[in-house]
Formats: sequence, C-alpha cells, structure tokens
Amino acid sequence: MSTSARMIVVLTLIVTVSGGVLSSLDSYTAPKIQHHRLVELRAAIADVLPEHDRYDELALPAQTLYVGRKATGEPVGIAFIARGSGFQGVISIMVGVEMDFARLTGIKVLEQIETPGLGTKIVTDPTNKANPLWFPEQFVGVWLEPEITVIKNRPPTTETEIQAITGATISSRAVVKIINDALKRARFEYRSSRGNVS
Amino acid sequence: MGRRKPTVAYELIKGLWDENPVLISLLGLCPALAVTNSAINGLAMGLATTFVVTCSSVMISSLRNIIPHQVRIASYIVIIATFVTVADRFLAAFYPAISKALGPYVPLIVVNCLILSRQEAFASKNNVGRSLLDALGMGLGFLMVLFTLGTIREILGSGTFLTYQVMGDWFQPWLVMVLPPGAFLMLGLLIGLSNWINDRRAKA
Repeated sequence: MSTSARMIVVLTLIVTVSGGVLSSLDSYTAPKIQHHRLVELRAAIADVLPEHDRYDELALPAQTLYVGRKATGEPVGIAFIARGSGFQGVISIMVGVEMDFARLTGIKVLEQIETPGLGTKIVTDPTNKANPLWFPEQFVGVWLEPEITVIKNRPPTTETEIQAITGATISSRAVVKIINDALKRARFEYRSSRGNVS
Repeated sequence: MGRRKPTVAYELIKGLWDENPVLISLLGLCPALAVTNSAINGLAMGLATTFVVTCSSVMISSLRNIIPHQVRIASYIVIIATFVTVADRFLAAFYPAISKALGPYVPLIVVNCLILSRQEAFASKNNVGRSLLDALGMGLGFLMVLFTLGTIREILGSGTFLTYQVMGDWFQPWLVMVLPPGAFLMLGLLIGLSNWINDRRAKA
C-alpha cells in the first residue's frame, strides 16, 4: 500500500471507531444529562413560585413560560428564564411573577460569573450571617409598576425599590435591568398569546 | 542515545517530581490556573486529565507502528478528543455539579499540551507498559499540583476545605486567592518552592 493510501485508511479507521464509540456513549448519557436539567428546572420553578403544585409549559415564539398551578388547576403565577449581561458574563435568572404581572413571587440566579465575594452576593452573601439570601429575597413581593429601581446605602422606602449590594452596584443593577427587560417582554408575549395586548 | 534506559519504576515516579508537568515542564498551566479555586475542582480536573492522558497513551502506544508518521498529530488529536468527550459526558451525566463548576475546561483538556507532549515524546516511541506508567505518573503529578493549589487557594480564599469550614469566624477570607491573580501568585510560589528544594538537593 502506498503511503498516501495508508494515511487515508488509518485516519478514516480511527475517526470511524471514535465516532462509533462516542455515539453509543451519547445514547447512554444523554437521557441522564437531560434528567439533571429537568430536575434543576423544576427546583428553580419551585423556588420562585412557592405556591404551585404543578406547572404547564407555554411555548411562545420568543421564549417558554412556565405557568404554575395548584393541584386544582387554578393558576398561581408565571415563571420564565431571563438572560442578560452582568458585570462579566451572562447572568441567567429564573423569575416568578403573579398572573396579573403586578408583583414578583421570587427570583433565583441560575448562572453567573460575577466577581467572587462581591458580585456573587446576588446568589448568596456569606458575610451576612443572619440572612445570606437577603439580596434575592428582596425581590419577593416587589411591585413592578412602573419598574423596579435600584437604590444605594439605605433600606428601600417604596414598594418598587431594591437595595444594591455594597461594592457590587453594577451586578445589582444588572440583575434589576435583566428582570425589568425580561418582564416587559414576557408580559407582552403572554398577553398577545391570549389576545389582549395592553 | 548512549544513556542507560531508565528503570520501569522510574517511568512512573518521574512525573511526580523530577519531571513534574506543572512544576518542572510548565505544561498544562491554563487549567492549573483556571480551575483551582477550590480543592474539589482541582481534584476533578486532575482525575479527568489523568484519565485522558492514560487512555490516550495506551491507545497511541499500541497503534504506534500502524499510524503513518505524516498523519500522526491528526490521529493523536482524534484519539485524545474521543477520550476527552468521554470524560466530559461522564461528568455531566454523573457529577452535574462538578461538570458545571469546571465549565468549558473539561472539553479544553483536548488542547492541554501535557497530553499531546506525552504522546509525541513518549507513547509514540515506547511500548504499551512503559507508556501506561509514564502517562499515569504524569497524570498523577498534574493532579497532585492541582489539588495542592486548589487546597491552598480554597483555605485562604474561602476559609473552607472541600466545602467544610476550617477557619474560625475571626478569619477574613483573602478574596484575591479565589480570583485569577491568586492563581498566578500561588503557582509562582509553588514553583519557586520546588526549585528551592531541587537546588538544595543538588548542592547536598
């Protein structure tokens, strides 16, 4: 066999075997990986819609909304994933909101690469021993009209204010902006899907 | 080469210190710096890399007389990439938390110079047994440094070890240690320490 023929044959064989191994591995691991994603999604929805017993997926053109319902079928709120830029990379947040888009029922940061020790306080704040979750918990029950605003160095006085994290104002503002933007989109999409644009 | 062939046992232990991939050859520095912000991440990265380098070395060493010289690098990369994908899917399926923490650095094992250099410098020229020991030693040497680096950075930077609190309430975590500059500082100090020990041993 000439050298070039050998090159082609050997490389083709290696690639074929490799492809075969990987595709059989994938058929074994893919359902497990899918399962982990689903568990994570369910846990996040449970966090932001504490009152729901089950949820329906509502696939709209731009995004998927999760409508949480009680066991009786009565809707209790809508959850969806909001994405946007943080201080460094993308932040993705599961947002829970009441059916009429009046108040938030909770938020949970799913992914972020903010500065450890400062920006990561949007998830948990280990320096606040009494309540490490004080930042995300501020969003529970916050009113959405006209929009959520960020304030610094003092506790919130109105129903739409969120106090920024000291030393991580950009991350705090980013979270609020991501939620505000995504809420407008979700509200528009949800209402158009039901035929009453307002 | 006129030099005596090293003993079989030496093929295994040389990777731990004398030819340590990180401390002596300065290979694989990107993962060594990027994922060692906690001990468990360093350990997982070290294990994944050991798995890939060992399997690839065995495979390439047993195919060394079949693979034509001209396409050897392409063949090595395909074989390495296969094992990297196996490791990546395995972590994602069974250890989703670790897989998430390591992020893109598991797929990036493909381009770890440590692995390709072992294939080119060793596995393609030696028999399967020696290649296995060489790769295992190099992998463990890499794992050892990553775990040490991760342990020091986690204790100083977060006050924890394998997520257990080891420092008291008085301890103010050194944030810089879990940030990229902490990785450079600590790796520099470790390499300095190993050079100092080697110098003293050479003089003695």
